[in-house]
Amino acid sequence: MQFIEKRKWFYIFSSLFIIPGIISMFVQGFNLGIDFKGGSMLRYKMDASISASAVTQTISDLNLVREVSVQKSDNEFYIRTNELTQEQTKQVTDGLQAKYTNVELQSAESVGATIGGELVKNAFLAVLIALVLMLIYITFRFEWTFGLAAVLALFHDVVIVCGLFSLFQWEVNSAFIAAILTIIGYSINDTIVIFDRVRENLRMKKKDALAALLDKSIMQTLNRSVNTVLTVLMPLITLLIFGGGTIKVFVIALLIGFLFGMYSSICVASPFYYEIKQRG
Amino acid sequence: MRKNTSIAILASIVVVLIGLAYFSYRPIMNNLKLGLDLRGGLHVVLMADEKEGQAVTSDTIQKAIGVLRNRIDSLGVKEPIIYPQGKNRIVIELAGVNDPEQAVDIIKNTAQLEFRDESGKILVTGKDLKDAQASPGTNGQGATVNLEFNDEGAKLFGAATTKNVGKRIAIVIDNKVISAPNVDEPIPSGKAEIRGSFTAEEAQNLAVLLRSGALPVSFSIMEKRTVGPTLGADSLSLSVKAAIVGLIAILLFMLGYYLLPGLVADISMVLYSVLVLGVMALLGSVLTLPGIAGFVLSIGMAVDANVIIYEHIKEELRFGKTLKAAIESGFARAFWTIFDSNLTTLIAAVVLIWFGTGPIKGFAVTLSIGIVASMVVALTFTRYLLVLCADITKNNKLYGV
Repeated sequence: MQFIEKRKWFYIFSSLFIIPGIISMFVQGFNLGIDFKGGSMLRYKMDASISASAVTQTISDLNLVREVSVQKSDNEFYIRTNELTQEQTKQVTDGLQAKYTNVELQSAESVGATIGGELVKNAFLAVLIALVLMLIYITFRFEWTFGLAAVLALFHDVVIVCGLFSLFQWEVNSAFIAAILTIIGYSINDTIVIFDRVRENLRMKKKDALAALLDKSIMQTLNRSVNTVLTVLMPLITLLIFGGGTIKVFVIALLIGFLFGMYSSICVASPFYYEIKQRG
Repeated sequence: MRKNTSIAILASIVVVLIGLAYFSYRPIMNNLKLGLDLRGGLHVVLMADEKEGQAVTSDTIQKAIGVLRNRIDSLGVKEPIIYPQGKNRIVIELAGVNDPEQAVDIIKNTAQLEFRDESGKILVTGKDLKDAQASPGTNGQGATVNLEFNDEGAKLFGAATTKNVGKRIAIVIDNKVISAPNVDEPIPSGKAEIRGSFTAEEAQNLAVLLRSGALPVSFSIMEKRTVGPTLGADSLSLSVKAAIVGLIAILLFMLGYYLLPGLVADISMVLYSVLVLGVMALLGSVLTLPGIAGFVLSIGMAVDANVIIYEHIKEELRFGKTLKAAIESGFARAFWTIFDSNLTTLIAAVVLIWFGTGPIKGFAVTLSIGIVASMVVALTFTRYLLVLCADITKNNKLYGV
């Protein structure tokens, strides 16, 4: 298959995700979890027959909280509010227990706004540091052109995942940042395996034209790219099915990220390398 | 002849490996620390409240940590993690707490005890306490906290009660009046009693707070995460189930797709799993919910090292090399591919260790250990097994060519 020749199509395909994603990031931003925005998240186990709106009403009637939103999955209720003190948390629990039977507080999280701000700063810093270190390593082991192409492809993955999270307003929390860094780690892994093959083919005596050489390298590693993603996706899917609500965001981000990571390693990183070489 | 020896070695490796997995299972599981998300517990970040003329120094924070440690010890929590963060913060992580919300109550109180006269003058403080014990009262009513002062405190308290006979003395904790009894006669014994409308449990908590002393400054909660024990247990069983199903899927896929080398990879995965979990148990790293995900992902990664090697070997076989030669050059070519690709991934994992706290850190640690272990296992153990297999059968079809 001629990946390099068809690169325009890949760019268009990526743009279909990137452009709406970027617009969404600017227009509606992210659905920031309490990790970033500050606030409280209480998780209760209650009868599945109780509706989320009834719980919202019960809590509003307590006149304790400024903002409240309730999400429900089966018998688990996730209640997000502005930051509550220890006493207020207790009052919310008491209020629910007074109204309903079998109310069990399963977990309670409160994060101050200052901590959230620091987390955003650290998250940016972490992603940036990871990318720079990778660029340095690849330049050292390969060549800066490979490094630049690889890091640009990673950037592509990060923008797509962030864009989708903004578009669908999925909650962005610190697990999401962990997912982004993991995606970077896996996507670079895929890219390096392909670039390693390119490097090997470049050393051959009989050299093809660059585009053909890149195509050949991609084809030679295609089996591995697909099989690896399969072996990683299998446990992710089982985690999504059985793993419970707590790590759902994390797993969804990883699933999307790994798929796009594989795609970008094959269809974006090598064309980028080609572009850089053509211009350089 | 050679074939028989190789079969014998291979068989004994498999037997030893199964034995290793079987016998190390209990010790590993017993030594593996579970994070608070898997067994319930709390993570709290406290920040010292700065007041004018009362600078918060590292000495203040160290003192506060000492007090907090006493309080937490009295809760009976094993292996509490308490450390300073930055200039004015303290991080506390407790796992295996049955009522984490109650533990937060005990941690955050300043517990500044004062006895004041009617004009508001401070007579004695909690600094001069020797002991505080709760007495439960009768029928859940009238729980009290019995105080005993040290010599200095007894002197002050004796003088104060002498001076205030017929008047009231207020017992104030954290600027809140708990009770204000009338002084009938001087009390020289250095013993006092706090009565209030406590439940037996509240009296118990108050006694703990007073016994371990007041915090040098007041703290507010910057961040708090508590997980109840039932949720922790649920998360543990669900994620372990998910991990096992995912693992079986990987093992079957490898066997079905790569045949004989796939079987070799599956055998290697057993060693790999024992190695990663064993290292985690030895290092005392904490297994968290995302950590279990990290472990399963790192297995995918470990399989990947095998996939790279096998694809290289298949290629060499198609070039017409003999099986042994194909394995040799396949490994030689795969070595730097695996090294470079895993090292770049390790960069991301290590940055994540630096960035993350709690469960996320657990994930990054598991992933990092996994990446290193997968390289070691693939490049040594798997390689040896494959060479053994090559002695046993030279049928290329079993290698998927």
